[in-house]
Amino acid sequence: MKVDRRSFLGLGLGAVAGVTVSPMMLKLTDDSSILSQTTKLWPWALDHPPLDGESTYESSVCSLCPGACGISVRKIDNRPIKIEGLDDYPVNDGGACLHGIAGLQYLYDPARVKTPLKRNGDGFEEISWDDAIAIVSGKLGDIRKSGAPEKLACIIDKDQGSVSGLFKRLLETFGSPNFYTMPSLESNLELTAEALHGEGMTIGFDLANADLVLSFGAGLIEGWGSPVACFKANASRKERHAKLYQIEPRLSNTAANADKWIPVKPGTEADLALGICAVMLKNNLFKGSATSAFTGGFNKLAAQVQQDYSPVKTAEITGVKAADIEKLATKFAKAKMPLAVFGKGRGDGAQSLKEMAAVQLLNCMVGNLNKKGGTFVMPKAEYLEFPESSLDGIAQKGMLKEKTGKYVNQLFEKVNQTSKPVIEALFVYNANPCYNMHKPKTVKQAFEKIPFIVSFSSFLDETAMEADIILPSHTFLERFEDVATGAGLAKSVVGLTKPMLDPIFDTRHPGDSVISIAKALESGVAQNFEWETYEECLEGVTAGIWDSLSEDGFALLSEEAPSTAAMVNVSYLAAGPATVKAQGDYKLTLIPIDNMRLISAGYSASPFAIKTVADTVLKGKDILVEINPLTANGLKEGGYATLATPIGTARVRIHLNEGIMPGVIGMVEGLGHTFDNIFVSNKGVNVNDLIGPVIESGSGLDAAFGIKAKLS
Amino acid sequence: MKQENTKTHKFGMVIDLDKCTGCGSCMVSCMSENNVPFKDDESDKKKSITWMRVYKLTNGKSFPDTEMVYLPRPCQHCAGKGGHGHSPCVSVCPATATDYGYDTGIVSQIYTRCFGCRYCMGACPYHARYFNWWDPKWPEGMEKYLSPSVSPRMRGVVEKCSFCYHRYQAARDIAYSQGDKNEIPEENYQTACTTACPAGAIVFGDLNNPEHKVHKIVNPDPHPDTFNKHVVGKSRNPNVFRLLERLGTNPKVYYLSEREWVRKAGDNYREGEWDKIKNHYGATSTHG
Repeated sequence: MKVDRRSFLGLGLGAVAGVTVSPMMLKLTDDSSILSQTTKLWPWALDHPPLDGESTYESSVCSLCPGACGISVRKIDNRPIKIEGLDDYPVNDGGACLHGIAGLQYLYDPARVKTPLKRNGDGFEEISWDDAIAIVSGKLGDIRKSGAPEKLACIIDKDQGSVSGLFKRLLETFGSPNFYTMPSLESNLELTAEALHGEGMTIGFDLANADLVLSFGAGLIEGWGSPVACFKANASRKERHAKLYQIEPRLSNTAANADKWIPVKPGTEADLALGICAVMLKNNLFKGSATSAFTGGFNKLAAQVQQDYSPVKTAEITGVKAADIEKLATKFAKAKMPLAVFGKGRGDGAQSLKEMAAVQLLNCMVGNLNKKGGTFVMPKAEYLEFPESSLDGIAQKGMLKEKTGKYVNQLFEKVNQTSKPVIEALFVYNANPCYNMHKPKTVKQAFEKIPFIVSFSSFLDETAMEADIILPSHTFLERFEDVATGAGLAKSVVGLTKPMLDPIFDTRHPGDSVISIAKALESGVAQNFEWETYEECLEGVTAGIWDSLSEDGFALLSEEAPSTAAMVNVSYLAAGPATVKAQGDYKLTLIPIDNMRLISAGYSASPFAIKTVADTVLKGKDILVEINPLTANGLKEGGYATLATPIGTARVRIHLNEGIMPGVIGMVEGLGHTFDNIFVSNKGVNVNDLIGPVIESGSGLDAAFGIKAKLS
Repeated sequence: MKQENTKTHKFGMVIDLDKCTGCGSCMVSCMSENNVPFKDDESDKKKSITWMRVYKLTNGKSFPDTEMVYLPRPCQHCAGKGGHGHSPCVSVCPATATDYGYDTGIVSQIYTRCFGCRYCMGACPYHARYFNWWDPKWPEGMEKYLSPSVSPRMRGVVEKCSFCYHRYQAARDIAYSQGDKNEIPEENYQTACTTACPAGAIVFGDLNNPEHKVHKIVNPDPHPDTFNKHVVGKSRNPNVFRLLERLGTNPKVYYLSEREWVRKAGDNYREGEWDKIKNHYGATSTHG
């Protein structure tokens, strides 16, 4: 058959018409969509339908942050499926933060350490618990035999609670004073209290009752203190007709939520506080009855402050108008229940003692100490009763040695400075210094110089990756623990964390790990650890409050303002400490931003939390830095730029934000992790890689509030 | 069909934007309650499934007069023009996969009926609907935390906020067992975002029940608005507004702010238009 042009076109058109008219195409499309959507092509649904069962609620306490909120865990047949805030718990009463709610994701985190690990070249090999404990106690035994027990050091998140107590006891009976905590709001509160009110004290802020809160950059809704308690106190402002004035260079969530935002040049908060103090002195706006009891040279301080911090001079330093400083001082002094709050951002990390003490001086001057709506100067909550420890000869000698450094940053400095190992073995628990501290590169260098590192981490985070042995701990959902809420709260609460399910991996309670290490050491150490298990120890050392812990889930140690008057000694401030300056000569200043949806201390935010991070903070793998359009200098929204500081450089993208002071670059804290978890890691930059420590003279604290930087 | 029945519920919420801190608890509580999945990269927000999404609004002024506020956006559970249940999404769904519950005011989403045409996504003025471009995948072991109360969704279907309908079902079961099936006490039915909010910014309840806090705050005018007959349920509270109210979608999610610029941000206004309507609230009279 001959196919001419005419019949070819005819056939073609016929075929098109036929296909169009017939339902075949529709049918095929429909079939393919049905086929692609059936559960047959979704094998997961067949294998793992969420099983139904009996629904129950169990209460516990979250220990992800120092806030320590009560939580209620919904379970289906012993399987936890949801975490919510616990109603009527004295800290949070119902609410919960996003990290606590996402707590179950930590349980099944891809970066969890599932079994004890031993370093093998660049990687790790799995070992048994018995072998792991034997290796650790063997190494520790050698150190003791060498007669230098002080060469064992320990870094932990906090100096409170029985787990921390066990680590401390191990160090003490071993013979080492080298017990360190990471800088935290609690440690900063204690240092400030020590500088002004005497040793062994801490400070609580009665935010829920104050009627004028003057916050010097404290991110009251950015995760400062006990986050949910702060959220609640802040939200109740409307009903209580209380005001919040927020002082900081950037329109943070707290500043946006406040009644007034007072932008201040980064790092000049201490100067502003002293400027306000000068106005109060000049205009006689302070409580003479309070200041007359001050010791340490108040008259000298008063004269000096009025000379150095006149409104005009303060305005020059801080960028706040002189008239506004006077108004602010008057408002603050005349409020019924004024309260000044310190601790920039979350109040952890780098802080300046001058700044914290200067702000606390304002509280002292309006006489709000130990009054409702003011600051509570109280002894640190001590509720643990460990049996008296007995130190053998080696331990006694070791404990007489001086601590290698006062703070953890000084420890690393010493380790890096000396060629011989000053520390032979290091324990790290609930801390991630290889990520959290300024310039983590130098921390890692110090880690490389320490011959033997034991991590008790639940996750293979940046610090655990540097360890020689990992003794993985249960997560907070798998264990008992007493958790005290310090964190700047006015009340003092101890909660009991309870296991919500059996441990899902071959992990142990960190308390049990310490006890078994101690038991494997010589009798001089071992005799101080006579408990069979951590649970037995917990019940023993909390005996005084165990009944209420086990029955109510918490013990309320104190709630009201302390009845005693607080002592105030101003000698630290009267000595005129210098204000810390940012390192470098570049024109711009890089400051870290605390974002509630990310975690800056400890491990990392969960996949859910990372999911909530805005695309103006994180886009793909790129971090965005905030600058004022006036600082942009040709840089466009979303465009790439190179951010350089004296410490390092990073490729970033630009987010133009009217709410940040010109000349300031804001970079979020809590991104740029490098461990193995595709949901939270390898996203953006760790801001700590760009900021180096600046040691405040006098206090010895790393007080780097930022660093000079340039964008190109 | 008689829709205005004293026994019918009309669940809704009011969100106090002056209290909202943008902390994200509502978003995470929602994801964890409703088996919402997550991927390694969630920064492309068009492909990131967030039944509850918190937006950031600014007043557009330059430093230092800048102000900022967060706006949480769940599904608005629109009642449609005149409040007759013709929500924008319900009207366009060819599969009846989404429907208006006349007894609750809740806009449903039935995943097994949805065949993924996404008309509803186009129709929704609030971007409250999300499409599953991929099958959800949980890291090993994490599927153990999935809740049996909410079915996980497969690739090719649309999903959105349900006002935690399973919690309504549980509350209704209790009501049935106690004999009065119409009596749902306020505390028995609260959404996961509401209970999670640490600032107490979200208030949820029955807009038809004068005893409920949400009704007391919103005080909705059941009669058509004098300016726009399609709008019903306008709040009589001068600080309360709804998003894109003039469309007549009649959302059951209300927002509260003392700041005028925030209330103005709830819609797009032509020059001078805002000044004409900014003091127009629901009628205080109980007669239309």
